[in-house]
Amino acid sequence: MPTNNVKMMLKYVGIRIITVSLSLIIAILLTVIIANFGGKMDEIARAEIEFNVWETINRDPYYRNLSNEQRKEIAREMIESITRIVGLDKPYPVRIFIHLRNALTLNLGRSMHITSSSGSRQVWLIISERLPPTILLFTTINLIIFFIELFIGLYLSRRYGSMPDRLAVALAPLSSMPGWFYGIFLIIVFASWLRLLPWGGMVDAPPPQDPVAYGLSVLKHMILPILSWIIAYVPIGVYNMRTFFLMFSTEEYVEYAKVRGVPGRIIERRYILRPTLPPILTNLVLILISSWMGAIVTEKVFSWPGLGTLFYMAIGPVTPDPPVVIGIIAIYAYLLAISVIVLDVAYAIVDPRIRIEGKR
Amino acid sequence: MNITRKSIQILKTFIHYRSFVVGIIILIMFLALSIYAIIFYPYDHTVKIWNDIKTWEDYPKLAKPAWIKFFTRINELEGTIILDSRVHRFVKAKSSSGGWTYIILEKTFRYEYDVFPSQIVRWLYVNSSRPVYIKIEWIKPNGSVITVFEKVVERGEYYEDLSIESLDFVYTFCNYLKNRFGLEPNYILNGVIVLMSKEDESILDKDMVKLLKGVYKIVVRAETTDPNTDINIKLDIYGTLYGIVGTDENRRDLFIAIVWGAPIALSFGFVAAIVITFVQLFIAATSAWYGGVVDIVIQRVNEIFMIIPFLPIVIMISLFYNLSLWDLLVVVVALDIWGGRLKTLRAMFLQVKEMPYVEVAQAYGASGLRIVIRYMIPRVLPLIIPSIVLSIPDYVFLEAVLALMGIIDPRTISWGRVLEESFNAGALYKGYYHWILAPALMLVLVSIAFAFIGFTLDRVLNPKLKEM
Repeated sequence: MPTNNVKMMLKYVGIRIITVSLSLIIAILLTVIIANFGGKMDEIARAEIEFNVWETINRDPYYRNLSNEQRKEIAREMIESITRIVGLDKPYPVRIFIHLRNALTLNLGRSMHITSSSGSRQVWLIISERLPPTILLFTTINLIIFFIELFIGLYLSRRYGSMPDRLAVALAPLSSMPGWFYGIFLIIVFASWLRLLPWGGMVDAPPPQDPVAYGLSVLKHMILPILSWIIAYVPIGVYNMRTFFLMFSTEEYVEYAKVRGVPGRIIERRYILRPTLPPILTNLVLILISSWMGAIVTEKVFSWPGLGTLFYMAIGPVTPDPPVVIGIIAIYAYLLAISVIVLDVAYAIVDPRIRIEGKR
Repeated sequence: MNITRKSIQILKTFIHYRSFVVGIIILIMFLALSIYAIIFYPYDHTVKIWNDIKTWEDYPKLAKPAWIKFFTRINELEGTIILDSRVHRFVKAKSSSGGWTYIILEKTFRYEYDVFPSQIVRWLYVNSSRPVYIKIEWIKPNGSVITVFEKVVERGEYYEDLSIESLDFVYTFCNYLKNRFGLEPNYILNGVIVLMSKEDESILDKDMVKLLKGVYKIVVRAETTDPNTDINIKLDIYGTLYGIVGTDENRRDLFIAIVWGAPIALSFGFVAAIVITFVQLFIAATSAWYGGVVDIVIQRVNEIFMIIPFLPIVIMISLFYNLSLWDLLVVVVALDIWGGRLKTLRAMFLQVKEMPYVEVAQAYGASGLRIVIRYMIPRVLPLIIPSIVLSIPDYVFLEAVLALMGIIDPRTISWGRVLEESFNAGALYKGYYHWILAPALMLVLVSIAFAFIGFTLDRVLNPKLKEM
């Protein structure tokens, strides 16, 4: 029997991995097609190659003695060889697949003009420089929000109809506005008016040398973004959590436990939290992963130097930078796909019902 | 009869909820505002004047809303004092002697406000076949004369901002102060202060400068050899207050943008929320009803779109392909129908599919499409009406986000556009709060209205919550 079970699970996991990978490939393909702007980005890249070749030829004293014709010939040859190396001589559909292959193998290449702080144009370097601030801010925000929601939600579900419960319901409409929007008001109040907290950014300028002071400075800059998200997303989260727990607390086995005289705390922990925790945790994981994409608008409002700001720069109207865009989305898609698969496998191990579905 | 009675009864239930009534009232207000906008500000015309610099020439820059004077109790100049010799009556004198023609233009105006004007600008219109010597004098109530212009000019139109720092008369005045008090002011003088302040020791300190109230006089003297010469002057003394909402950095009356934002926000939000919901319903019902390959394909496509991050892709598409707001709506619909909600709806339809009345319909020989549209969707629709209403603010804000990212056609007038412009002008840091708060409060009101209505609907219509 156990071997049968394992086989079934492996089959299930295998199917999931294949379907998720297929989705991943198609999602990245779509991104590549959109980001390449119908081949226009390739044109820009080609123009850039041409420009660079002519620049080197005009600058190099070695070519100076040659006649115009000869220089043209040499330029033509150099341009051709470079386009061939980069793969720009291939027809459009083939080029798309070259881009796709590069994105899938996370061979992200070089950006078109965005540079890292050290001046490098390696997309990898640029992204890895911007990722930590985003992860720091949004993981903190989402964890704080999650725990507030969970505990207040649980608390309120026990006191349905009480004063705090009605207050929570009344506050829920606050969530009809996004976090960055509250950010504007918070900046006006705490930065412009009271001058208590910084307008934005991640550390004071110049950054303090002492690591403790540095950390405190970062913390100070995180207060407003965190606060804005708490105002925006905690009310609806508490409301949903409470409703969710309320529905579970009317289940028959919970009622039975209550009748048996099981204390409230134990009911909460064993009878409500335990069965509801898996979907809640899944949700948390997915939210955390997607938060690493950065919140473009929140980062813009608070001038937070994270991935969102980088993304905003990369899609800037004047000078778009498709390699960076593709890079960010590819990494994000990978993270998401991997976590979906991991969660599926974890569920399959924990929950026998899913394995049966896999068989079907 | 029965139906009307029933609907009255339903309405009565809703009226018990105060938040619902408040939501409805706000919504009606916005509908009225939209109708007002459509009638009084025809769109094409409004877009044209909104983006035309000439229209706003005589409006004060970054003026605050006029009603704040009831709270601050400070008497500030509202709008602009316009002195235009082509329009208003000036004291005009023209004489000639020895082949020379002399023209004098004079005008007085009263300035009794507590606050310095935000800006003083003059235009000079010279119509003469010969060079003209022109001298413009600004005479303050205390009698001191400041020569703001003295030059020989040809035919043409001359504009000068008299409020900046780098002007000849400002330097002259600074030297005058040095001679008189033996001290230089502890800040950099600008034209407005030179032209409008009391000339005692208070002018030396930035925080002490006092405004000189009273009757000001402007005198233009011209000398030329062409007897047909015509000289005109226009002087704008801009205030610090304007209208209900104030003005922006381009002197535009923000009231127009606030009014025009209403129909745009409402229609974008409504259309997006409703179209997306119906497409989702259709796809989910199709997926559930047909099952098999159809279901698998739809589920896989859904998974693909769940991996693609929504906002970045929308921004990228609209940027690269230069879409207008309404083209953008199509993209938003195409990308936003996917996601967790589609899965939830499919699960709901899977239950509906097993219901006896669907089976009966099938037995009668109803086609698949008919069952999906006439039997399955109507069953689920009432349950998701609250979530449709609740999702409208999301799309109103999506428009604002897209505008904030600078990707909506710059000619459009919307709250998001105003927000973006104020943001990019650094209104947050420079303290032009009215510029940010006006569109922001509109967004707050709209979302609060829909949230109130939506949550009430949820409480009344959601049977699961009613049971408890």
